[in-house]
Amino acid sequence: MNLKKFASLAALGTLVLAACAAPPAAPAQPAQPSEQKPAEPAKKFAGITVNAITFSGPQIAEPMQRRGKEFSEMTGATINVVTVPFADLYQKILNDFATGTNSFDVIVFAPQWMVDYIEPGYLEDLTDRVKAAADLQWEDIGLFFRDFSATYNGRIYTIPLDGDFQMVYYRTDIAKELGLKPPQTWEDYIAFAKAVSEKKLTTDDGKPVYGSCIAKKKAAQSYWMITSIASAFIQSQGTAQGAFFDLETFKPLYNNEAFARALEIYKETTQYGPPDEINLDVGDTRGLWTAGQCALTIDWGDIGTLAIEEGSKAKDKTGAVILPGSKQVLDRKTGKLVDCTPELCPHAVDGVNHAPFAAFGGWSGAINKASKPEVKDAAFAYLAYMNQPAQSNVDVTIGKTGFNPYRVSQFQNLDNWIKAGMSEQAAKDYLGAIEASLNSPNMVLDLRIPQNQYYQGIVLDGAIAKFLAGEQDIAATMKEIEDGWEQKTEELGRDKQLAAYKATLGVQK
Amino acid sequence: MATLTSTANPPATRARASRSERLAPAAFLLPAVLVVLFVSIFPLLLSLFLSLSRLRFEAGGLKVQFVGLDNYRKLLFGSEQKVLFGTLAMPSLIGWAVLAVVAFLALVAIYRAVRNARPVRAIVGRAIAALALIGLTYLVVASLLAPGGRPGTMVVTMLYVVIGITFQYLIGLGLAMLCAQPLPGRRFFRVVFLLPMMITPVGVGYLFRMLADTNKGPLEPLWVALGMQDFAWSNNAWGARIAVMIGDIWQWTPFMFIVLLAAIEAQEVEPVEAAIVDGASNWDIFRHITLPAILPVSTTLILIRMIEAFKIIDLPNILTNGGPGTATETMTLYAYRIWRALDIGGSAAIAYLLLFLVTFFATLYVRALRGRVSTV
Repeated sequence: MNLKKFASLAALGTLVLAACAAPPAAPAQPAQPSEQKPAEPAKKFAGITVNAITFSGPQIAEPMQRRGKEFSEMTGATINVVTVPFADLYQKILNDFATGTNSFDVIVFAPQWMVDYIEPGYLEDLTDRVKAAADLQWEDIGLFFRDFSATYNGRIYTIPLDGDFQMVYYRTDIAKELGLKPPQTWEDYIAFAKAVSEKKLTTDDGKPVYGSCIAKKKAAQSYWMITSIASAFIQSQGTAQGAFFDLETFKPLYNNEAFARALEIYKETTQYGPPDEINLDVGDTRGLWTAGQCALTIDWGDIGTLAIEEGSKAKDKTGAVILPGSKQVLDRKTGKLVDCTPELCPHAVDGVNHAPFAAFGGWSGAINKASKPEVKDAAFAYLAYMNQPAQSNVDVTIGKTGFNPYRVSQFQNLDNWIKAGMSEQAAKDYLGAIEASLNSPNMVLDLRIPQNQYYQGIVLDGAIAKFLAGEQDIAATMKEIEDGWEQKTEELGRDKQLAAYKATLGVQK
Repeated sequence: MATLTSTANPPATRARASRSERLAPAAFLLPAVLVVLFVSIFPLLLSLFLSLSRLRFEAGGLKVQFVGLDNYRKLLFGSEQKVLFGTLAMPSLIGWAVLAVVAFLALVAIYRAVRNARPVRAIVGRAIAALALIGLTYLVVASLLAPGGRPGTMVVTMLYVVIGITFQYLIGLGLAMLCAQPLPGRRFFRVVFLLPMMITPVGVGYLFRMLADTNKGPLEPLWVALGMQDFAWSNNAWGARIAVMIGDIWQWTPFMFIVLLAAIEAQEVEPVEAAIVDGASNWDIFRHITLPAILPVSTTLILIRMIEAFKIIDLPNILTNGGPGTATETMTLYAYRIWRALDIGGSAAIAYLLLFLVTFFATLYVRALRGRVSTV
């Protein structure tokens, strides 16, 4: 076949294909007789679609979808909730913003990442909207969450949906049986775990009860857990002192006797935990807790509500306390651990320095600045609806939501908790521990500097994983963290990182 | 008639025709070339540029800062060296012996090239390859066969490739030989053997995570009966690596099986029948007829799997997140982890190191087998 013939055939073929592919012209539709229904009033956001992204829970995604459905029925807006694995969420959102794809109008994320989204100008400033929304009852939201989870450089960028910091949970029945008190220091924690472990207790169905269950899996929550332990040894002068870097030089505070002690404690708890503890994440440890197989654990507020769910063997047996403290703290000049004095530990209680760690900070919702104005309005209304006391006061009592209390009214009113299945004592215990943490003037804020994901999720997490696996000793672990953090700081600019760090610590308590 | 038509064409038409014919190859090839450029070469060059850069999201967009070889320096000599290479220690006696054998073979290869008066370019190429091979062997020996040594992501990746493919090939070949026999139910088993390949690697990861759970997995009664309820495979570096390898072997053996089965069934029947008439044993038939017949297919099969196996990520990611420590972390998984933390330049640098590694092994493998396959 010569070229001409081939070209002719090809052209003909193309025409035939095009003719086949072209959609037939839609025939004129005969006018349908109207069904004579009374005209419904147009809903406020009818025809508007809001695309939201969060992690593939079911926690967090569940209330977003459930409340989204309710919101749709009320307002006519369509709420699409897209979920991705937690590990991919940060990067997924950033990629979407940076490439200008803007697939998402609402992001529900960790406020810790806020700086990486706000600095390039991806998030909508919500300050005026919040001020105008009386239904939000903004002042009812805990001051800490208003400041840390919602505000950056004095402007509001997110709506808090969750209140997060870590606590220690203990089994009240086991404590009573063995004559143990709730741990006040990390040494107490070890003693409690050891006592349970040596007793070789079992559950009703013959499964072992472990002294301590901590999520130590690599690339999961392990780096928050070690920070919860280390904080009591590193920060003693109040929130503004910071527990990660020196405020003058921005040198890491993770290569000294204080962090070495935290590493010792962290590793020792492994002796009293499940055999595969270094491969367990919080999903696993929570499962063990509700199965009645743990006597102690470190976790966010979720354990309190999961313990009262149907099938839980820890119902009315779950006590909660503020993170244990230490009677020795870091002398930042020498890098040594020294005994607490009134000057060194001004916030100590009975000589014990507590430094509750606001790990993660609580899931919060923000709006894409590039979304259309009408979509932004609907998005804000949706977030506000989830945040309002009528909804959130119920959601925080349900374990599967993953939402923990963050409003003052949620701490003061026990009715919702008792209605959800908690005994009055358990509710007081649980809320008391949260309040004690929230009211602490020595709260440790999670790292919120640019690329904190690299500092914590890669360098800190990687070094801790190697330490727990026995690949390296304490000295090598601390050096690896220091070197890795220093290298990243040099890359990003020490002055810039220090300024960001100081700005995040300027939170009013 | 044809002549008449041809001579009847005016010169202008002829010129147009010849011009069209000249342009035709380019016109037909160009779309394919553009597609290849767009989906393959362009990303390759872009990722090379990224590996020499540092990216930052700033107000108004993305800031790309050229940092030269800094990302590679960090990996090869800086803070991430231990992740990539592991902890190197003085090799044991066996380690030194292995290293000596490899060094000897590499030197023999260079000597042969010189003796056969190969071009200088070829000799230099062999010398570079020999040095790289000795270096990689030292890495393996000083991290695996040395007291106090610990393999990094590079050696762990190579372990998965070598051990995984060896087992996949042997088991796949065994199953293919079985299914090539006139046994009852062989059609059923052909389908059954293929099933693991149909499952996504993430699914396989979760499957093996459940199976290996000695406390609450479906095999818990078995582990309890064996007295292993307190054993945690994930706490032990080799236990975790073996779990990953078993999952990988389970998933990819069917690929080897199905291709090898096709090759075995496609071999000529006459030589086998002649061998049977001559009284050859089954082993002799396999060794001298079947194996050489399927060698070209085997070579290609192993090459494809090797390239694929170097990129293993799903199984270690789901099973252990690369732990305990760095025991099961592969280069791809490490690149993925730091990519998620926005170190896109560092991630691209790891990807390029992996590309060099795959290319090196693939070239070495092809060259080593080229002579043998062509003489079959």
